[in-house]
Amino acid sequence: MMLEIKNLHVNVGGKEILKGIDLIVNAGEVHAIMGPNGSGKSTLAQTIAGKQDYEITKGQVLLEGKNLLELSPEDRAREGVFLAFQYPIELPGVSNTNLLKTALNEIRKYRGLEAIDTMEFLTLIKSKMKLVELEQSLLSRAVNEGFSGGEKKRNEIFQMAVLEPKLAILDETDSGLDIDALRIVANGVTKLKSKDNATIVVTHYQRLLDYIIPDFVHVLYNGRIVKSGGKDLALELEERGYDWLKEDKELIAG
Amino acid sequence: MSSTEVSAIEELTNKEYKYGFVSNIEADSLPPGLNEDTIRKISAIKGEPEFMLEYRLKAYNHWLTLKEPHWANVKYPEIDYNSISYYSAPKKKPQLKSLDEIDPELRNTFEKLGISLEEQKRLSNVAVDAVFDSVSVATTFREKLSELGIIFCSFSEAVKNHPEIVKKYLGSVVPYTDNFFASLNSAVFSDGSFAYIPKGIRCPMELSTYFRMNAANTGQFERTLLIADEGAYVSYLEGCTAPQRDENQLHAAVVELIALDNAQIKYSTVQNWYAGDKDGKGGIYNFVTKRGACRGVNSKISWTQVETGSAITWKYPSCILQGDNSIGEFYSVAVTNNMQQADTGTKMIHLGKNTRSTIISKGISAGKSNNSYRGQVKVSRKAENARNFSQCDSLLLGDKCGAHTFPYLEINNPSAQVEHEATTSKIGEDQIFYLNQRGISTEDAIGLIVNGYCKEVFKELPMEFAVEAQKLLSISLEGSVG
Repeated sequence: MMLEIKNLHVNVGGKEILKGIDLIVNAGEVHAIMGPNGSGKSTLAQTIAGKQDYEITKGQVLLEGKNLLELSPEDRAREGVFLAFQYPIELPGVSNTNLLKTALNEIRKYRGLEAIDTMEFLTLIKSKMKLVELEQSLLSRAVNEGFSGGEKKRNEIFQMAVLEPKLAILDETDSGLDIDALRIVANGVTKLKSKDNATIVVTHYQRLLDYIIPDFVHVLYNGRIVKSGGKDLALELEERGYDWLKEDKELIAG
Repeated sequence: MSSTEVSAIEELTNKEYKYGFVSNIEADSLPPGLNEDTIRKISAIKGEPEFMLEYRLKAYNHWLTLKEPHWANVKYPEIDYNSISYYSAPKKKPQLKSLDEIDPELRNTFEKLGISLEEQKRLSNVAVDAVFDSVSVATTFREKLSELGIIFCSFSEAVKNHPEIVKKYLGSVVPYTDNFFASLNSAVFSDGSFAYIPKGIRCPMELSTYFRMNAANTGQFERTLLIADEGAYVSYLEGCTAPQRDENQLHAAVVELIALDNAQIKYSTVQNWYAGDKDGKGGIYNFVTKRGACRGVNSKISWTQVETGSAITWKYPSCILQGDNSIGEFYSVAVTNNMQQADTGTKMIHLGKNTRSTIISKGISAGKSNNSYRGQVKVSRKAENARNFSQCDSLLLGDKCGAHTFPYLEINNPSAQVEHEATTSKIGEDQIFYLNQRGISTEDAIGLIVNGYCKEVFKELPMEFAVEAQKLLSISLEGSVG
């Protein structure tokens, strides 16, 4: 089991946002988490990554059986958790290459590996750049500074490709992308998929799932997963919207 | 600010000064106290010609009429100038022909600092004039330089061997009447560096001096004079670390640069003197007067400084743009942490036509420190078409520190174009979380962000210095932001 979430309750600013999430993700699987705005999708993604100031009141998050909630955000990353941010952060003056080399070496150190040789590193990033059709010039530029929306999202996937996580969480990676960028990002993610890693795609719309075919789709509503299914569930949501589930949910709650 | 960030900052802040140690070299010092007799003794020990003694005495008599200035945004207890010893020299001081002749203890000290002279000589293209306390102990590459007619030696040697040049330029940029600390320096300066680059010569290596204060309770009064004759070019590096001390040490240096027609001087400093402990005890008082005169047409002077140390920094490397089309530049990173206080900046005085100046200042404050930028841009009545661009950025780490900006603009010619930009920012929690999520610790994240913030200044430094500067920044921010 790659990821196991058990009865997770999370408060943000004193308000309960996640109200008991249960989720199992196995290696080799792609899971889509869908849901209307404010349902708690991003909170779930950030909680797994270790965002400070999120108060976990109940529940467990395990990565390959290890309790993630006891680890610092950097140690979670070193264990193999990667979050592609919904809003990638700008770091003025910090070059993409510098960030990636530092990150990669920290992860390697944690795993008892030696720092990567510079030539080897350059070869690695060159090959990964092609995966997301990223221009060479973005490497020496400051991280996300002055990048277009599409470049920022592609850069997230590029970082993911270099760091090779066990569990990748894409938080609304499709938002703000035109159809070409969407295709590039999705192809990159699909190519990175293997039997040893797992991907969670958090999205509002079905369209990303035309390119990244999920094995499972979960609908998050009001802090709970209210429905799970195969990839057809995404199509059904696209057609019928979320309202019918809300009614269902109220029935359940009632 | 998140709790991890706070604890990382605290942890870093609590690290002790890495370069704090005292080396056991017997010092040969004058007893504390300052009077005419002290000055005569200094001059006699150094075997100076009459004109130097006269200069010192005039400076001393002028200094007596001055009051210590207190306009800077810094606070410190009163300095008793009579409790300071004004001369200290390593006891063994024969003329050294090779590095092998250096006192082994002294060499150890340099090696602890990571400035192995052997290594410098063997590996790098840097001629080092090492100032240990007050007397130069080794000068390398001098012969190679002298083939080009370049003079690079200690100030004392210059006084003896090239009195005519010293006499012509000493005090011509910073007169002994300039300010309290410059007057004091003019009266009692011990030693320093001197370089003269003759007409049309491009100095083929970076000239370098490492300063280090040692003998306890000795104020150090360095004097540096660099002259680039017509069409000459020189890049000069100055780097400092000092051993840990409980009592405050006064440092009042004077640096004068002179660029004649079409000449260029690049002066880079990395300063890492003992800043005092985290409660503000000890540390160096650094009251420095640095000024360059772009005396000739098309001349250029660039100051680049990375200031991480000292309990108090009071320093304004400046340019007097006399020659038409001359250029002045100032690139600065000033870091303060714990109880440190820095009041630093520059003055750009536009006198000639079509003169240009650029000021890029990056202040970083952490702990309970205070960091002030103070800069003056003055365009005189006759300075047609003067241009200035100033950018002053402040970065705050934590919520107990302060950043202040004091720009002074005095424009007397309507054709001038002067721009001033200023920003103040904090390191965002979201930036740190982003880097954490990539597997980078909070401490390293802060280091990356701060180094990124200073990039514009670091790129002005010679390569080997830039690396050192980044290390120093991490060491001192190992206490500040990370």
